Amino acid sequence: MSITYLEAIREAQARALSEDPRVFIYGQDVGSFGGAFKATKNLAQEFPGRVIDAPISEDAIVGAAIGAALEGMRPILEMQFADFSTVGFNQIVNQAATMFWRTRLSCPITIRLPSGGTQGGGPFHSQSLEAIYAHYPGLVVMTPATVEDVYSMLLEAVAIDDPVVFCEHKYLYYHLKAESLPTEALPVGKARIARAGRDLTIVAYSAMVHEALAVASELSTEGTEIEVVDLRSVKPLDTDTVMASVARTGRLLCVGESWPWGGVTSEVIARVVSEGFGLLDAPPQRLNAKDTPVPYHPNLWAAHRPTAHSIAGAARNLLRQ
Amino acid sequence: MLRTELGRTFHKDASAPQEQFLRAFRWMLLARVLDEKFANLYRGGKIFGGVFLGRGQEALSVSVGMTLRKGDIFAPLIRDAAGRLAFGETILDAVRTYLGSVLGPMRGRDGNVHRGKPKEGMLAMISHLGAMISVVNGALMARRFKGISDTVGAACVGEGASSTGSWHEALNQAAVEKLPLVLVVANNQYAYSTPTERQFACESLMDRAVGYGVEGRAVDGTDLTACLETMGEAIHRAREGNGPQLVVGKLLRLCGHGEHDVADYVDPRLKHSAIGRDCLEVAQEQAFDHKWIDDKTLEEWRADAVRRVEEAVAKVQREAAPDPYREDWYALSSKHLNEGHSTL
Repeated sequence: MSITYLEAIREAQARALSEDPRVFIYGQDVGSFGGAFKATKNLAQEFPGRVIDAPISEDAIVGAAIGAALEGMRPILEMQFADFSTVGFNQIVNQAATMFWRTRLSCPITIRLPSGGTQGGGPFHSQSLEAIYAHYPGLVVMTPATVEDVYSMLLEAVAIDDPVVFCEHKYLYYHLKAESLPTEALPVGKARIARAGRDLTIVAYSAMVHEALAVASELSTEGTEIEVVDLRSVKPLDTDTVMASVARTGRLLCVGESWPWGGVTSEVIARVVSEGFGLLDAPPQRLNAKDTPVPYHPNLWAAHRPTAHSIAGAARNLLRQ
Repeated sequence: MLRTELGRTFHKDASAPQEQFLRAFRWMLLARVLDEKFANLYRGGKIFGGVFLGRGQEALSVSVGMTLRKGDIFAPLIRDAAGRLAFGETILDAVRTYLGSVLGPMRGRDGNVHRGKPKEGMLAMISHLGAMISVVNGALMARRFKGISDTVGAACVGEGASSTGSWHEALNQAAVEKLPLVLVVANNQYAYSTPTERQFACESLMDRAVGYGVEGRAVDGTDLTACLETMGEAIHRAREGNGPQLVVGKLLRLCGHGEHDVADYVDPRLKHSAIGRDCLEVAQEQAFDHKWIDDKTLEEWRADAVRRVEEAVAKVQREAAPDPYREDWYALSSKHLNEGHSTL
């Protein structure tokens, strides 16, 4: 038996619905249709009245989830694409994220963002928005890279008393498989050493973890051992694990699929430089998407975002310094 | 019981209108006195941010707060001192929030009209006021999940917020879900300085009700009797399961947007028109005409309101301000997930 990243998302939601009567799912096409990606397949049938189709109104979808959370519910929202969450942005960053600080009442909502590029996605079905949500105080931002993490972290997102922006990667939906669902997991806020190494640290998250792992395998044949740190959540950011890795390798490359300006990669580098400058044997580097909208054609898309090829180039350059 | 069954009993019970009207009038009077105190404190430099008054809007406001029951949900607008008091907010909560007392519901973290106690059904608004409507919807959805069917949620906005996307998304959402939402639009003719002809192009905002498939009512917001009756009907209809209700009250803001605003842009013709009447004076005249009150009673009520407000202000002015060194500076309730937690 094997289970995909997408199926793990569905299974986590089924488990949350069955174990916690406070949980309901709200979003566009999530009901009997089962969601645009089938992440809620059969859940409306299995949990009648608790998987609810919403009008195309992201602002009102998030607003309603906030109101329900204030009344003790645990809503899971599906934004059909991360790109559309910007229509509900105000509710997420100004209403949900400020609620606990202002009123002492927590706001336990989970907002699923199908994120990242896929072939042919284009400018409005490809975005990675973790950095912009991480910028706002009052939100937890998760970026699971594995089948195991997407399952356990989604369950934890529902259990957390605060609003969680859950960035699940669409490219991993079908490409990633595991033998079984996990029975235990690292706590949220802890990064994971996805591969141990001594020569260079690559910090990545979400789909870029797999690009980094491919590079580590490739360079291993050349006698270079790369350590890959999977951040798992970008907020909170596990600076300790990153610093410990840099202390071992002396070299840091940060990789993110989102745009460069003010992103997760710049945050990681800022922290390492300010708190661990002396650990570095070479200037830390980062690799992000180009500073343009995400292109439609595969030729352009392949050049727009970091890939194993471009990461390997950046890693070799850094190792030469 | 009287106040909750207003819509049905108003015409039948001769004593009900008088008692209802006078209680509403006293809340309006108290709100006016409280607002005027805030304006004075503002002019004296005692308030950190803006001050936003409900002058001219008390009749519509109080009709919402009085008609809602305990257990209902209320998302007021920035000019709803009367409705808040009638719904159960204390003078102390209002004063503590304006003065930033650490003992207030917002503890100095938020101020002025941004106050509430969500656990008691009073939502704490964000400045993007249209965004509050769908939050009320969600609270009502939660009640439905829990099998609670007899509660109503009221969201109040001005005509300015009726132009926001949030307003349209939320009213449509409430209609689709057939929620017991009462959406009250206080059309006070100006959103800050913008007149209605630059805000919307329909004849009346009431016309929008049919477009969303909800029941709509228009009311003269300067007439307390009309406001109580209309709000009573709307809230009753929502409570009985007839879906969302849109209530549009027409009135004139008799002050600036905030106390910083002299509002010299207000058309003088509006001030001298029927909607330019002061609803508090109109209600007072009606009460005199009916011989429900006399000069002595009115003076006692006013003196009582002044005394209560002055006592609250004197008490709060002696209370501690928030101390930045005692703040935990955590935005998340899950303490261990706050950035910087391990290093503190």
